[in-house]
Amino acid sequence: MTTEELKIKISELLPSVTFEEDGQWLNVNADAKDWLPFANSLRDHPELHFDYLFCLTCVDWKTHLTMVYHFESTQHRHIVVVKSKLDRNKPEIETVSHIWRTADFHEREVYELFGVNFLNHPDLRLLILPEGWEGKNPLRKDFEDPVNMVKL
Amino acid sequence: MLTKKERLNGCKTPGPLQLSQRGRINTQPLPKEAAYKNEMTDNKNIQHNKKPSESEAGAMMASSLGGGQEGVPFPGEVHPTPSGGVLVTALDDVINWARSNSLWPLVFGTSCCAIEMMSTASAKYDWSRFGFEVTRATPRQADVIIIAGTIVNKMAPVLKRLYDQMADPKYVIAMGACATSGGPFFYNTYSVVKGADHVIPVDVYVAGCPPRPEALLHALITLQKKIKSGLTREQIRMEKPETPFPKEEV
Repeated sequence: MTTEELKIKISELLPSVTFEEDGQWLNVNADAKDWLPFANSLRDHPELHFDYLFCLTCVDWKTHLTMVYHFESTQHRHIVVVKSKLDRNKPEIETVSHIWRTADFHEREVYELFGVNFLNHPDLRLLILPEGWEGKNPLRKDFEDPVNMVKL
Repeated sequence: MLTKKERLNGCKTPGPLQLSQRGRINTQPLPKEAAYKNEMTDNKNIQHNKKPSESEAGAMMASSLGGGQEGVPFPGEVHPTPSGGVLVTALDDVINWARSNSLWPLVFGTSCCAIEMMSTASAKYDWSRFGFEVTRATPRQADVIIIAGTIVNKMAPVLKRLYDQMADPKYVIAMGACATSGGPFFYNTYSVVKGADHVIPVDVYVAGCPPRPEALLHALITLQKKIKSGLTREQIRMEKPETPFPKEEV
């Protein structure tokens, strides 16, 4: 599907999205509160059919956090990127681990590194960091560690 | 019969650096080093005072295997056997030569330097022509551990345990920038140990990110030369000229 058709179809699903096309793939900016029905329809809509979530990360801009999801459809072979801004003091977003199973581990990683709370996640705990690192989100820009981190 | 103490006299390696003693610039001797030095000098004093006899030939050889070069002008002990005192010194050199030419490495490849280590081990650069024939991922018969890669905080106790499981005499090569000093992860990382010598004592450092296979081969040959010289780690450190860094006052 071409970019134009993708834009039309996605705007039908959720009218409040905005698009950016300066990246490699089509970027969709969605709101965090409409995330769950939008994600469900991304997978279930027969013409979009995004069944492969190949990247789930978070980016820390100093004023806010942004969740980034990369989707591909194995049937139609189109790729789309969905970004969603989160409030820095209370970052919460619905989990998609029951839609795409790989999100289970990726969301655990984002939880341990950035502190994003995923609502209704089946098993939200630390993935790689050892015990004692709850609450400390190392990849945030304001993370301080005077013992290990040497400041330039 | 040699007692275990005499047999192991030349083979002691010091324990790991305490975490509070950071950096290779440390010129203070480790607390255990002083104990080793006293032991070695005590042993030599005992040997000098006694008149050496036939049955003590073994004991003399054992003591000369260790630090026979602490300010003594003639390396090794002279033992007046019918075959001459040359026997003792030559055995010392032969043992060092045999050790250095057959160092079996324990591979400890954690990240990108492991790729360069693999290429050094394979056909084009081949380290087994220098004696590093059997490289296994087990500390059982290993002589030298090649730390190829980044050591993170979660890996440090594993490294220490592997080093403790190796049998004496053992040597350590820190390959690459990460194992030397934390490398590109020296600043602003919450999880990387800033150099493998915070965990175990290192003999040879290789610079590079990653070092070329020729650089790793040069490091292996340097280690062989170090073993053939017969000096322990503390003796080499004592022999080095004063560094410009200030001594820490205890």
